Amino acid sequence: MTDHNSAPSVMRSKLGQARGLGAAGSGFHHWWAQRVTAFALIPLTIWFVWACVHMIGMTRADVAHFMSNPLVAGSMIAMIVITFHHQQLGFDVIVDDYVRGDTKVMARLILKGVNWLLALVAVVAVLKLAFSG
Amino acid sequence: MLDTRESLMVARTSDGRTVRRPVSPHLQVYRLHLLMVLSGSHRITGMALSVGTAILLWFLVAAASSDAAYGWFAWAIGSPIGYLAMFGWTGALWYHFCNGIRHLRWDFGKGFEIPDLYRSGRMVLAATAVLTVLTWVGIFLAR
Repeated sequence: MTDHNSAPSVMRSKLGQARGLGAAGSGFHHWWAQRVTAFALIPLTIWFVWACVHMIGMTRADVAHFMSNPLVAGSMIAMIVITFHHQQLGFDVIVDDYVRGDTKVMARLILKGVNWLLALVAVVAVLKLAFSG
Repeated sequence: MLDTRESLMVARTSDGRTVRRPVSPHLQVYRLHLLMVLSGSHRITGMALSVGTAILLWFLVAAASSDAAYGWFAWAIGSPIGYLAMFGWTGALWYHFCNGIRHLRWDFGKGFEIPDLYRSGRMVLAATAVLTVLTWVGIFLAR
């Protein structure tokens, strides 16, 4: 079978190139990170739902005062960072399942970038509330 | 360029025709059953929860910005659509939470027998319902 689109300098078939590499070069790390973040999110999710219910009806000043407690701000930041990380790992798996080739790489990079940016925005918002309250 | 995995997609039917294998989750082959629905729901709730993360981001940025921005957020979240979104969020969150624990149990190599899968699956649904109701009792008490 001839692949007319592959680079002419590579004489080995796609299958030949893939053989011996295992399922993926760094697949285990991704799988493990997804499990570790899942474990961390068990207590953090329970805390987060409690915090949300606690914040119902609060004014902006109340929220800032609540966040000025280092334990609250710290837990919130941990929840944000780990949630966004877990979310990004989940997006990776979904993209891997449904998207292929160069589009897949682009989709994963864009989702990763957007996730990191939004996570940073959320963390800065918590810090601003914590230091102003 | 064809994906290497394409070579694994060629199959033959019992009457000898060459066909492309049906892809997971075999929706066109299998009848719908509970385990399939639970599995798909884990991914769907996972994706839906990213909308919840966006709502959290909106809340934090609004609270860190101005009274007007926070007022807009409070108005939206207190509207009927806001309540509906919150209800969807809590349901999806507790489902993904419970089924995630079910997944972690599998990662320890436990619970793979078919009757086990159904039992843990039903437990996930029951726990999701209980936790969602408890959360809303808390919400109405805190209001």
